[in-house]
Amino acid sequence: MLRLAPLLALALMLGPVAAGLFGTLLPAVGYVPALGGETVSLAPLRMFLAQPGIGLSAALSLGTGLAATLGAFAAVVLFTAAFEGTRFFRAMRRLLSPLMAVPHAAAAFGLAFLITPSGFVMRLLSPWATGFQRPPDVLIVGDPLGLTMTLGLMAKEVPFLFLMLLAALPQADPVRSRRVAASLGYAPVAAWLTTVLPRIYPQIRLPVFAVLAYATSVVDVALILGPTTPPPLAVRLTAWMNDPDLSLRFMASAGALVQLGLSLFAIAVWIVGERLAVKLGRRWIESGRRSAAEHLATALSGSAMALLAAAMLSGLALLALWSVAGPWRFPDTFPLSFTLRAWTMHGYAAVDAIATTIAIALPVIAVAIALVLASLENETREGRARPRRSLLLLYLPLIVPQIAFVFGLQVLFLMAGLHDTLLAVALGHMVFVLPYVFLALSDPWRAVDPRYGHMAGALGASPARTFWRVRLPLARKAVATAAALGFAVSVAQYLPTLLIGGGRVSTVTTEAVALAAGGNRQLVGIYALLQMLLPFAAFLLAAAVPSVAHRRRRENETTA
Amino acid sequence: MTIIRLLSRPVRGALLAAALTLPLAPLASRADETVDPADWTEVLAKAKGQTVYFHAWGGEPRINAYIAWAGEQLQQRHGIKVEQVKVDDTANVVARIVAEKAAGQESGGAVDLVWINGENFVSLKKAGLLMSPGWATKLPNWPLVDVENKPAVVTDFTEPTDGQESPWGMAKLVFMHDTATLAEPPKTLDALAEHVKANPGRFTYPQPPNFHGSTFLKQVLATTIADRAKLSRPVDPASFEADVAPLFAYLDALHPNMWRQGRAFPQNQPALRQLLADGEIDIAFTFNPAGASAAIAAGELPETVRTFVLDGGTIGNAHFLAIPFNANAKAGALVLADFLLSPEAQARKQDPAIWGDPTVLAVERLEAAERERFAALDLGIATLSPEELGPVIEEPHASWMVELERAWTARYASQ
Amino acid sequence: MTDALIFDKVAITLAGRDLISLDRAIAPGEVLTVMGPSGIGKSTLLAHAAGFLDPAFTAGGRVLSGDTDLTSLPPYRRRLGLLFQDPLLFPHMSVGENIAFALPPALHGRAKRRQAVAAALADVDLAGFEARDPATLSGGQKARVALMRVLESQPRALLLDEPFSRLDAALRDQIRQLVFAKARERGLPVLLVTHDRADADAAGGPVVEYA
Repeated sequence: MLRLAPLLALALMLGPVAAGLFGTLLPAVGYVPALGGETVSLAPLRMFLAQPGIGLSAALSLGTGLAATLGAFAAVVLFTAAFEGTRFFRAMRRLLSPLMAVPHAAAAFGLAFLITPSGFVMRLLSPWATGFQRPPDVLIVGDPLGLTMTLGLMAKEVPFLFLMLLAALPQADPVRSRRVAASLGYAPVAAWLTTVLPRIYPQIRLPVFAVLAYATSVVDVALILGPTTPPPLAVRLTAWMNDPDLSLRFMASAGALVQLGLSLFAIAVWIVGERLAVKLGRRWIESGRRSAAEHLATALSGSAMALLAAAMLSGLALLALWSVAGPWRFPDTFPLSFTLRAWTMHGYAAVDAIATTIAIALPVIAVAIALVLASLENETREGRARPRRSLLLLYLPLIVPQIAFVFGLQVLFLMAGLHDTLLAVALGHMVFVLPYVFLALSDPWRAVDPRYGHMAGALGASPARTFWRVRLPLARKAVATAAALGFAVSVAQYLPTLLIGGGRVSTVTTEAVALAAGGNRQLVGIYALLQMLLPFAAFLLAAAVPSVAHRRRRENETTA
Repeated sequence: MTIIRLLSRPVRGALLAAALTLPLAPLASRADETVDPADWTEVLAKAKGQTVYFHAWGGEPRINAYIAWAGEQLQQRHGIKVEQVKVDDTANVVARIVAEKAAGQESGGAVDLVWINGENFVSLKKAGLLMSPGWATKLPNWPLVDVENKPAVVTDFTEPTDGQESPWGMAKLVFMHDTATLAEPPKTLDALAEHVKANPGRFTYPQPPNFHGSTFLKQVLATTIADRAKLSRPVDPASFEADVAPLFAYLDALHPNMWRQGRAFPQNQPALRQLLADGEIDIAFTFNPAGASAAIAAGELPETVRTFVLDGGTIGNAHFLAIPFNANAKAGALVLADFLLSPEAQARKQDPAIWGDPTVLAVERLEAAERERFAALDLGIATLSPEELGPVIEEPHASWMVELERAWTARYASQ
Repeated sequence: MTDALIFDKVAITLAGRDLISLDRAIAPGEVLTVMGPSGIGKSTLLAHAAGFLDPAFTAGGRVLSGDTDLTSLPPYRRRLGLLFQDPLLFPHMSVGENIAFALPPALHGRAKRRQAVAAALADVDLAGFEARDPATLSGGQKARVALMRVLESQPRALLLDEPFSRLDAALRDQIRQLVFAKARERGLPVLLVTHDRADADAAGGPVVEYA
């Protein structure tokens, strides 16, 4: 049974991706022998490439994706290097961890409310400082270079990468590593970068790739903050996929494959960067240089993280404010009056949406956690040391852009007669929830000292007893966190919910995006808040689970 | 005819995908429901107890609330449950129906009734994905529809509806301005260009292919094209360049002084309205003549906003309800479509406090009591009277919109 | 009472290279010390006996307890008591639970099991420590709990992997005496892996040295 778990998990994730990709590939090459006897043709690809501005769109996707990922990564790494162990660090940790639960769309809306020329920052400064009675005509949101979009993606990915880094951190024994390095004369940032980062990087590498793939193919954030003349590639593909002129599907399918290649190319670029960094790192270690622009790194990373956190938090506060705002005209700093009208009008619909959201998410995370635990336990029992290569497959759904396979998935469920059911939607969510649960759980699981298991076995505990009484309790914090993350991922799903659910399954997120099309800020505020509060509640519950790792650390210190 | 060719390939592709995964496919359900709208008693009997999944754009809370009201009425009167499926883009519904066809699902489809018009309708109609034969003209309330004075109720973007969709409401392009910042709005396109030049950064339009943005292009096209009669025919590729040259000359002059210098555009009409509310722009527009009043009532626009139309008329059309070929609850969908056509529902819909969408009915032909419902409506401070709304410019053939959007994107949104 | 622990032509190789071999019997109550510098595979020998050998290694020969071939049993049926450098008390269990976890299931009844736990703790001067969190214990206390936990699981033999190396000098001697005394008391064969000559001296048994 246990041996089947990894296979089952893989099948649940890769089956739909493979089928969906297949469904994309066929129209992309115009190959339809069963009916028309047509031959493979590059016409759809040629049509795609002939679209005006397509190169610019691709460059935008690549540039903003790489920049956002690099920015978020650098901010998180330098910040941890410079501030770990300080009170500021602990404060940021408390602030940012819950922010990971915020869906991208909600975060983007919050940011837009904040920095647009008619937004909150400008209102704070007007008219007394700026003299503006009307919003200035400045291009901030939607700038052609995608700078605002990059910023938005960065703000959203920082909490994710930060949490992943924090999860990996204890295994590198950062406090003692830094102490040793300090005793050798290394300044804090240099000490961390040379002794801790190389040890934890392998563990945050896949999350970084997932961020990279996401950032290069993002749709919702790009719609809210990104340029439109032309928009990034994924936005155009989505539009073509949804165009009533169905011939555009061929071109869109070809484009979806290009998008896939683009995301993979971004990862390849990153890997080249890794190699380079390793080379430079070795040279650095050899040279024995004791500091790494300490003041600059500290000042930059500290202010960047503080700014990003402040932007996210005030953006979210603005969402809350808009949900109860009466008339609120520029340059008024605050609304003239407050009203619960929007909440009372839409409360009932919201309750239904919340119930549906939870009804999908709970079984999904239960099954996902069980499958992942079974796979990991199987790996532990077989004593195989990290079969990373085969598990890479687990991350495929995170690296293949959604638009490349979700339509094919929809057809698959239709044929299985499962469309429009909660079960089908749940299966669709599983594709995306499983890898994230795996991301969150596998490293902490593998990091548990295997000698605990050996000891339990030597004491006569059967494998099952060892699992239930020793390994599972030791990983309970990680299990709780992974479950909360899985919940957040399920809540945030838009395309799979909409397409597989045939529109009949309304979750908080599908409602939010549908309503966002109407631009009603009160409603956007309400649903963005709900979208955020649900996962937030899950993380709060997870935070209440006591950590064993924490106690283990203390034990090591006293023994030492 | 081009559309059939365009349609058939993806449908065939999807059919192939279906064939490859055939073992998974269940036997098609044989509970094929045939309903004849001519036998209304039978329709009502069949509809009782059905659930109608009504796919309708869900971006406007007022409209959602109106649909919820209609659902309650149907539940009480006919025992029919109505579920609004809130759609962000009707094209997704079209895609859904195509996917069902591709998977061989000939009945029990997800969509029972869809709010639709224009190219979405044309796509479905030409692919044979709508309930046929035509049913709209057999609805009990059909005789009240004002076919004579509102030809758009039977011709959707120059495509005859053939009764395969039932008119729901009327739309006409009207412009909005805030009298607090702009007392005398420009009433012609030339005057608009002058105004924009004198007040840089205070005008924009939603980015085509957004529907409202494309409508603005069509408005300019209809005003500037040498021979307006060409618009009722499909685009002639040979003369297209020349036909649209004046349009693009106009836009070329307009863009540098537009909001964000024409380098960014709002993505839809509500976003445009929000810019007006924020004071970022002077002039916005809407397809709903009562939209401004309704937005004022909802606190989304300041009370100083008023509407106006351009001299020489503005684009107008109608929007409809259609039933897919494989709808699961056809009888229920028919009853809902008929109810939404009733004077009671139409009058309520026209009330700006509820929605403010103009009726498709011939009010003067109604019974006195029903007429009174319409007469009693306060159309709102910002709504023009039917006389003030001015002449209607008919929607061009659907192919114009496609070509215009393509040309616009190549010119303004790809460098 | 107990049987001898027999290493019957045990030889471990890594990628075709001979690593370490042992062909000895350890009598009940006897301590066999295996000595040598780190990195020669002393611990591998131990892992093989206990059944946790990394699949990268290949092992030949058998490990027996009397007539029972342990090599063919799954680890948890071998009943070989392990002590590592670290006490490895389960951090999510109390001190008492750690010991109760080790008690054989054959010992029935809550009262009896509690009694056995109390007796075990009292045996090493830790009476009344049942409810304590292992994290709050001193190094010596932890070592004693770990020892009693192993003994209460009724092992056929003890396998010690440098169990004293992390203790400070004064404590080390005390724990060393305690471990050997308890093992002798129960007549357990003991395999001790160490690089500390003093451990071998204190054990007082035969010594196998690897270079």
